[in-house]
Amino acid sequence: MSGEQFFFWLLALTTCGGAIAVVLNQNVVRMAFWLVVSLGSVAAIYFLLHADFVGTTQLLIYVGGTVVLLIFGVMLTASGPHVHIKTSPADLVMAGGVGVLMLFLLISTVTAVDWKAVHGDAYPQDTSGYNDPRISHGNTARPIGLKLLGVSLEDTKGNPKKLSTGYLLPFEIVSVHLLVVLIGASYLARAKRRADANTDVESSR
Amino acid sequence: MEIGLNHYLVVGAVLFVCGIICMATKRNAIGILMGVELVLNGANINFVAFSHYTPLGLDGQIVSLFVIVLAAAEAAVALAIALNFYNNHLTIDVDRGDELHG
Repeated sequence: MSGEQFFFWLLALTTCGGAIAVVLNQNVVRMAFWLVVSLGSVAAIYFLLHADFVGTTQLLIYVGGTVVLLIFGVMLTASGPHVHIKTSPADLVMAGGVGVLMLFLLISTVTAVDWKAVHGDAYPQDTSGYNDPRISHGNTARPIGLKLLGVSLEDTKGNPKKLSTGYLLPFEIVSVHLLVVLIGASYLARAKRRADANTDVESSR
Repeated sequence: MEIGLNHYLVVGAVLFVCGIICMATKRNAIGILMGVELVLNGANINFVAFSHYTPLGLDGQIVSLFVIVLAAAEAAVALAIALNFYNNHLTIDVDRGDELHG
């Protein structure tokens, strides 16, 4: 078994095992832990697929940001020590059955497609054009940065490299979107008087 | 056995289905948010796998970057909503949110 195969099976095990553990756990703090395990393994899968920039971004933003945000939410919305929120077993069985059916549908659909026939001749086995050895070895930070600035140095059909358009407009849109969303979220979550169980609900705004 | 495109697509499918089951069964609002994160990561694995194995090129990785950024923004807003819900109802159980007022 080569190194790539060994790492793929190990990472697939931790990713899918972590995701299944998130589903099966009833305690939300343990779900957050297994989510960290799963998302960290997904970042390692990105490194295995020679997507170094995306893997680093996944570690920084997902594991280091979003999951920490979720754990903050868990701490701020903690119920009492004797309150257990559990799903009824009937709901679990029904959702599990539908989930297994959907998994079977997805896997059978995906593995039935011959991906080489879909893309025809322009498959990246030829080393001219798309399969730039720097990109295929993971050195993707500079090409991705250039593409986000609107300059693309590759043609995705496998033709020799030529100048093409990039992703400048989506980049600007996402930047403004992020600013607006964070301002809105911090306004929504501003400190307000919490509704006391004894006082009137209308007096808390 | 050579690791091909289908292996990564199956991993993405498993993550997607786990996220959907999480969204459907959890009563804690934060648990539902974790399901949303799993769904988005399943789709991201698909994007990056196609970027590596097909002539999609760097476009797949750039779209997955956008997905990561938008998922972080959506998690922030959803968490603000969950905090407001908790402050108004004193419980994080989403089954208690069955009235349209208040």
